Amino acid sequence: MIVRISDDALARALGADALAHAFTQKGHTVERTSSWGMHWLEPLVEVGGNAFGPATLGDVEAILDGSSDKAIGEPAKHPFIARQQRLTFARAGKTRPTSLEDYQATGGWAGLRRARQMGGAAIVEEVTQSGLRGRGGAGFPAGIKWKTVANTPGDQKYVVCNADEGDSGTFADRMLMEGDPFALIEGMAIAGEAVGASQGYIYVRSEYPDAIRKLEAALNLCATVIAPFRCEVRIGAGAYVCGEETSLLNSLEGKRGEVRAKPPLPAIEGLFGKPTVVNNVLTLAAVPHILAEGGAAQYGALGIERSKGTMPIQLAGNIRHGGLFETAFGVTLEQLVHDIGGGTDSGRPVKAVQVGGPLGAYLHPDQFDIAFDYEAYTAADALIGHGGITVFDDTADMGHMARFAMQFCAAESCGKCTPCRIGAVRGVELIDRIRAGGRSADAVEAQPVMHNAPKSGRLPEQEIALLTDLCETMKFGSLCALGGFTPYPVMSALTHWPEDFMPGGEGAVQKVLDRNEV
Amino acid sequence: MSTNEQRIGEIVAAHAGREGPLLPILHDVQAELGCVDAESERVIAQALNLSRADVHGVVSFYHDFHDHAETRPEVQICRAEACQARGVEALMPGAEKAAGERVKLTTVYCLGLCSAGPAARTGDRLHARLDAKGLATVIGDVR
Repeated sequence: MIVRISDDALARALGADALAHAFTQKGHTVERTSSWGMHWLEPLVEVGGNAFGPATLGDVEAILDGSSDKAIGEPAKHPFIARQQRLTFARAGKTRPTSLEDYQATGGWAGLRRARQMGGAAIVEEVTQSGLRGRGGAGFPAGIKWKTVANTPGDQKYVVCNADEGDSGTFADRMLMEGDPFALIEGMAIAGEAVGASQGYIYVRSEYPDAIRKLEAALNLCATVIAPFRCEVRIGAGAYVCGEETSLLNSLEGKRGEVRAKPPLPAIEGLFGKPTVVNNVLTLAAVPHILAEGGAAQYGALGIERSKGTMPIQLAGNIRHGGLFETAFGVTLEQLVHDIGGGTDSGRPVKAVQVGGPLGAYLHPDQFDIAFDYEAYTAADALIGHGGITVFDDTADMGHMARFAMQFCAAESCGKCTPCRIGAVRGVELIDRIRAGGRSADAVEAQPVMHNAPKSGRLPEQEIALLTDLCETMKFGSLCALGGFTPYPVMSALTHWPEDFMPGGEGAVQKVLDRNEV
Repeated sequence: MSTNEQRIGEIVAAHAGREGPLLPILHDVQAELGCVDAESERVIAQALNLSRADVHGVVSFYHDFHDHAETRPEVQICRAEACQARGVEALMPGAEKAAGERVKLTTVYCLGLCSAGPAARTGDRLHARLDAKGLATVIGDVR
């Protein structure tokens, strides 16, 4: 019998390798496929069209004789999968990640073949028409970026894939690279064709050893297919900030991963000063579908307003049905967290949801009617980012989470700009003082010679005013999104859960916030 | 010429012709020697025609590179938001006790297993859905 078990890193972390070994021992053929993305059911075992999960070694016998109570039926018909619109993740769960045969049999390379007949300008035109926007976080239209690179003269151009997926609560890049590496490579080859670039680099974070291994294997297998385009994997070294595109380019060049000032845009002066397309994994992996016959129109017909196509949303944190949910834009948080995600894993009430990774705002259940759309989130002082949704139950201390956001920024700041490098450190101190109930005047301030220093110390509300000010400075004064967006989690936590900052002083913080507003 | 110097020379030679070879070289040196110390920095700088300050600046920027070799086995524990939401902080006192002097615990921010945290990594092996007992086993088993 053929037994299908995922070799995705998450399934392997939960014992998929041992399960595969157990089935092989019993004389069955085990096929290692990509993951369906139903993470609460991993490791998922498929036998004869039916799936069982989460499977343990103790379930092997029962799965084989069909008596296991962990049966979920046909995975494609599971409500979690049936409700999705999978384009980028169309192959998830169905193919063997590094099988060229499987990739070809499921429409692989059709986009690249068609692109090669069309020529650069027509490719750019189709990508623009599809409405595809950068999936890394900024949401910049991919077609416009490509056009800039195509129109910039240069003897050497590059396509760089940003696979430095450092945001907590996101794993779609990882799943795509591990589950469908050829799709990413095909997307890069098409981008190369569109802008006239012959060399590609995939910058993967070192925390993703499985993705690195699969990409390298896939690149070896398809080198002749994508030729004359060449592509190489480069490994990061544990710096979160290298997910920022200019910092990533510096890192690729072998320098400190410090952010560059823009302009010049990487599209004009990017890697080694050459015109460079820098796109996220999901952006590039969406391209083969768009370039296939009729793909651009189909893609552009999905979604709402200016957010076209589908978004692979990642349900993470304290959620019952966590995993990958790709759907057209417009879905609400209420649907994502409760209908699809099944509420918290702990069974306690949902307190907060952080959308968009460590730099995304914490949203309150009162805001759960907000539609998944770049502009709608911006209007609500939040961001979609890379589409990660991290759920917290009512035991979460939002004052602590705000402090953590500042602490994370301080730890990961590249140090180039002052608001981020120093602001984050001061932010941690300020939040500590707010939570301690303010502070008294220190020894220096108490000196008679310090005429302008307050002699009575500072009240929590004064510290909060200072924190609000600091956040403004970081937001508008930082060079990149690390310092610029850290205020989102901090201020949203302060706005929605002021009581977590001032134990016992409920309402006091709100008063200060209202006053600052005026 | 010391053996280390010779080995670094071979690594640098293996990456000759690549664009921006410094990070790949540093990864290989770190894997081979367990660290990138001042002496390694000097050899690499000379081979790539960079200043020692250039190389040191890069080595000290990235969390993955260390200036001295760690003799203890290491367990990386994710303590980012998603794993915090799933209760990793409550596991830390027990983990520190299980680790004692023998095992080095390192905090990482995100292993990409955010729907199945708390998560940890030993070498290239990942562990997910850890509870107090599971994490203690991971720490106890690491060599």
